[in-house]
Amino acid sequence: MATEAVVQNSEQTDAWSGGKEPFKASYGKLMMWYFLLSDAFTFAGFLIAYGALRFSSPTWPVPDFVFSTAPFGITGAPLIFVTVMSFLLIISSVTMVRAVQEGHRENKNGVVFWMLLTIIGGAGFLGCQAWEWNNLIGHEHMSVTTNPFGSHLVDGEYLDDSHGHAYASGETREIFNAGDSYLIHQEEGNWIKRRFISSEGVIGVQEFGPKAFGALFFFITGFHGFHVFSGVVFLLIIMLNAGSGVYIKRKNGYEMVEKIGLYWHFVDLVWVFVFLVFYLL
Amino acid sequence: MGLSYEEGKKKVVKGLYLLAAVTLVEVFISLLGKGHIISGVEKYSVLLYIVGLALIVLSLYKAYFIIYEFMHMKYEVKGLALTVLLPTTLLIWAIIAFFQEGNSWKNRRELIKDKNEVEVNSSSSQTGEVIRLEDLPGNI
Repeated sequence: MATEAVVQNSEQTDAWSGGKEPFKASYGKLMMWYFLLSDAFTFAGFLIAYGALRFSSPTWPVPDFVFSTAPFGITGAPLIFVTVMSFLLIISSVTMVRAVQEGHRENKNGVVFWMLLTIIGGAGFLGCQAWEWNNLIGHEHMSVTTNPFGSHLVDGEYLDDSHGHAYASGETREIFNAGDSYLIHQEEGNWIKRRFISSEGVIGVQEFGPKAFGALFFFITGFHGFHVFSGVVFLLIIMLNAGSGVYIKRKNGYEMVEKIGLYWHFVDLVWVFVFLVFYLL
Repeated sequence: MGLSYEEGKKKVVKGLYLLAAVTLVEVFISLLGKGHIISGVEKYSVLLYIVGLALIVLSLYKAYFIIYEFMHMKYEVKGLALTVLLPTTLLIWAIIAFFQEGNSWKNRRELIKDKNEVEVNSSSSQTGEVIRLEDLPGNI
């Protein structure tokens, strides 16, 4: 009896060695799903931390004020650039679906072509993010510890002009309302914090916004960007493998492409929520 | 895989239009809520709640579409889908608990700020002295 059982087992090769695939999925694909589940919890932890800190702060930088610049000198265009970034990810997700479909048909050239487009989309997204970070760090001087985006708590008018010099008498003073956002500029390495007088006659000075905003922004978009970057690297490797015919021999409908496809769609999925939390709400 | 090659191709194009359209609607709604499209509407707090809710619902729809169509969850065995999707419902409690917590931090900070502004009876100057709770006038 015992020997028979052993013989039977060794005949049932592969398919997870039990003869029948659990959940009718390959080991690699199922484990990719569980990896993505764990990764979803990591991202959820970050985004929930963002929410908790946002709730804990009396003011919070308004996204459509913070993210209103775009390349080629465009300013005052709220959320436009980040919408373009979202489109890049959506399009690269769609081309990835096409690559997987071509893989099921065992069409090597189709797989390579659509994966190449996916890689271009991902690289384009990374380029946009690099521009966005460069603008925030280099031009608007936001950092992990300093957040120059503040908001007014009271109505009032400024006593200093935008360069920090007191208005001359007779000059019209700029007025603001409670809730209005401002960016504290830097000139020659010095922060220009404008003085103001509130409608109740109290003199105040512009303060930095909640510190956590900068740290959360760089941490969460950085973590997502790192996922995109590693995705692009893996896509590149798998595209080269597909092109050199590695997967033809496996005769499994380019399953490797399907697995990296799952990962790539997940990166798009996370962006849906990063986009919601950081930019839309 | 459920679908023929031609059907699949059509579905992909449909998915592209759908996701692009939902994203554009989201950006429009968000800007509307912030008063960029019709100025003045951002003063109504009811609108902000509606806008927030609409944005969350639309984002969840996008997530559903990406998981079920693009990631082929629709065509997987039910058990696979459940083992992946059910654990994420734990996040519902995480969201409620941590947002509540954040709100409580804010209230406590405000309480401390208010208490710091309460003036201590200045009959004896206590700068630099040890202040005992029972020595303080009133209830602090």
